[in-house]
Amino acid sequence: MNAPLPSPFKARDYRSDVAPVWCPGCGDFHVLMSITRALAALGRPPEEIAVISGIGCSSRIPAYTNCYGFHGVHGRSLALATGLKVARQDLTVLAISGDGDGYSIGGNHFLHACRRNVDMTYIVMDNRVYGMTKGQPSPTTEPDWDSALSPGGTGLGPFHPLVIALASGANFVAREFSGDLKGSTRTILEAIRHPGFSFVEILSPCVTYRPDEKDWKNTVHPAVVEETDDPARAARRIMTDDGMNTGILYRGRRAPYVAHVSDTRVDIAALERDFEI
Amino acid sequence: MTASGTVKKSVSIAIAGSGGAGAITAGAILLEAAGKSGWYGMMNRSVGPQIRGGEAAALLRLANHPVECMSEEYDLLIAIDWKNANRFAAEMPLKADGLIVSDPSAGEVPEAVGASGAAVAEIALKELAKAIPGGRENMIAAGLAAGFIGLSIDHLIEVMTTKLSPKGDAAVAAGRICLEAGMAQAARHPKGFEIGAADLKNQGRWLITGNEAVGLGAVRGGVRFAAAYPITPATEILEWLAPSLAKIGGALVQAEDELSSINMAIGASFGGRAAITATSGPGLSLMMESLGLAAASEVPVVVVDVMRCGPSTGIATKSEQSDLNIAVYGFHGDAPHVVVAPLTVADCLYTTQWAVHLAEAMQVPAIVLSDQSLGQARVLMKRPVNLSFLANRKTYDGKIDAAYNRYALTADGISPMAIPGTAGGQYTADGLTHCERGTPSTRRSDQREQMDKRHDKVANFDYGVHWGEITGTGETVILTWGSITGPAREAIRALKKDGIEVKLVAMRLISPFPKEALLASLEGARRILVVEQSHSGQFYRYLRSNCDLPGEIRRFHRPGPHLIGAAEIGNRIRDWQNP
Ligand SMILES: Cc1ncc(C[n+]2csc(CCOP(=O)(O)OP(=O)(O)O)c2C)c(N)n1
Ligand code: SF4
Repeated sequence: MNAPLPSPFKARDYRSDVAPVWCPGCGDFHVLMSITRALAALGRPPEEIAVISGIGCSSRIPAYTNCYGFHGVHGRSLALATGLKVARQDLTVLAISGDGDGYSIGGNHFLHACRRNVDMTYIVMDNRVYGMTKGQPSPTTEPDWDSALSPGGTGLGPFHPLVIALASGANFVAREFSGDLKGSTRTILEAIRHPGFSFVEILSPCVTYRPDEKDWKNTVHPAVVEETDDPARAARRIMTDDGMNTGILYRGRRAPYVAHVSDTRVDIAALERDFEI
Repeated sequence: MTASGTVKKSVSIAIAGSGGAGAITAGAILLEAAGKSGWYGMMNRSVGPQIRGGEAAALLRLANHPVECMSEEYDLLIAIDWKNANRFAAEMPLKADGLIVSDPSAGEVPEAVGASGAAVAEIALKELAKAIPGGRENMIAAGLAAGFIGLSIDHLIEVMTTKLSPKGDAAVAAGRICLEAGMAQAARHPKGFEIGAADLKNQGRWLITGNEAVGLGAVRGGVRFAAAYPITPATEILEWLAPSLAKIGGALVQAEDELSSINMAIGASFGGRAAITATSGPGLSLMMESLGLAAASEVPVVVVDVMRCGPSTGIATKSEQSDLNIAVYGFHGDAPHVVVAPLTVADCLYTTQWAVHLAEAMQVPAIVLSDQSLGQARVLMKRPVNLSFLANRKTYDGKIDAAYNRYALTADGISPMAIPGTAGGQYTADGLTHCERGTPSTRRSDQREQMDKRHDKVANFDYGVHWGEITGTGETVILTWGSITGPAREAIRALKKDGIEVKLVAMRLISPFPKEALLASLEGARRILVVEQSHSGQFYRYLRSNCDLPGEIRRFHRPGPHLIGAAEIGNRIRDWQNP
């Protein structure tokens, strides 16, 4: 295989001068670094990349990049990104969410984006808490996690995003840890390059409302098995892992979504003729 | 019955039957054949709550002049059967000099129908159809109606042939014999329903529904992306756009819900493509938050709301004008945007194309308030003229040396928009309050300046003469909006014949409120009748909250599904003139 040409871009070419609002030590800083590094490695100029998000601490990311960005409403990053990518096939589109944004209020879009398999990359920064609203449980929070809104915990088992992504038809499924810059960068780059809908869940600690997550650096571990293109194998593995396995777990072969196009190309006058009697 | 030999200018026909009887097909054939003969017309369908089957009636009005509304009373009722007559009776009242065609094998004419005093002609539709191999009652009914109104058999057969040819030659042959048999029956019955001479100067009719006209207006304006979630009575817009956009190099995506469809449209528009979605009240409710995003982030998008009876699921198949409030006021915060309303079926094209132009020019969301009575009506109209409204977005070409500010404060409030792919134009569109560059901000000055900018660009835009339609003169005015325009115009024509001059002011631009233009049009008015199809009088309240109307004001409003008709409007004016 030919070695790809070195990219003319550096990670900083993808970074804006806007200072993040994040708390010192927030895992999201690392995710921003991994994204800009992956984009530099990809080598497309910043103006050909769009970073689309919803609402949350994590969703603040677009303005911190030097790409085209859209900071939309809570939960709808995938819908915005889908419309953009279908209308503009030529762009590289990244959709970004937090676990609240992507799995709770935007949960339905997650299912259908996986199903639809539009060629884009979806990065969810999972801190198992609603950071921006100051510490409420999210769909990935442990059942006994105590908070003002759910004293004693929700009692609900956490949602398993990777299983759901796989079952819904995502074409690339991976988990990374924000602190592992190398691993995250590599996986994001692979996700962007893989055709179809690529889903990367990044465990990104919320040091403020989940200080316990500072320990993640000790509990994450690379997946012991090789990645697979067999959804059944991937499902079995993801179902039984401890949620701390990192790496690319599934790389599918589904053809990406293309909008219906007609064999016949006509002008508007031809459409109008249908109304003539 | 009308005196034999009288020629009418407009005839209204209802063909009723249970689901599967083919009443709608019969009506569609009549309408198109009437168009080929140089007439005009309009067809609406009445369908029951059943998904499939159940009751169905074709409601037609055919005339030798353009028609913009259905009539409130029918001249002819042809019942293929009486299975659902009681439900229909209220919807299609007959004139006292009208005619009921009833098949004796279908039983007695129901009391609710017979009470009109219309004459009854007993014609054995079923028996006649049975005698023809492959014959069907609906085709006999079509032939019968054509015979009554004096429609040429040639055009009827021509249209039937195209419609039935997918079913094979036998179906066409049987159809032809049925049409002829129906016509022969009509000849044996009293005359009086012939429509006068056709308008042969203005040939080249279009046959189009309001929903199709919306779709066409959108693509004419430059729309190349649509996102869709089906809902009655808007779905036909999306179903027309799907293949049409594909043919002209655009795309339609079916979304998982309206939260998604509106955001897909906004995303595509952010990418530089003029984008649209269509829905009805329940869907518009779901879209409101994201429409606010489009307003704040200044991304153009068009949403067509084909209104139906609300609130909640309401009556999905029936018209109302009760989404005015949500369209104007449904946003949280102050979110300047545009609301326009087509006035007639033909105007659905004009208004939608204008909406695309406005949204793109001002980089705002535009809501088009159509309704079921326009969207699902099929009309014969003159070929529309080409309009100059085009999507013409002010974009950033990347050639300015200074740093690019997406939300720069400009004289007209409109800032050049960078389209992804343009080097040097990178910015983040944001629903958070932002500074000129687009960076989130909580500063007082940024909130104030950006609010002013978004307000000014919409408030100071030149809407020209398109804000409304004014017809007639006089000190008595009918003031209305949207789909009531058709019946109001018809009422005014009838009043004029009686020597009563009434002026019509019909508003196409709802928001921003065209105060100056409206008040100028009402100068000298002594009596204003405000007419609308809503229970609470949303339009009236909206008018009153925005200006002081001159003269004495009365209002006439009611909820759907009982459409407000021309005669009722006319009577309100007559009563006022002769207290
Ligand atoms: C419609 C709506 N509901 C609620 C909110 C309030 N809200 C803002 S961010 C957020 C949760 C964000 O959580 P997550 O996506 O996990 O992101 P994080 O802040 O943890 O990165 C909520 C509920 C909102 N902005 N919009
Ligand atoms: S609240 Fe948590 S998620 Fe938000 S910025 Fe602070 S550490 Fe990060």
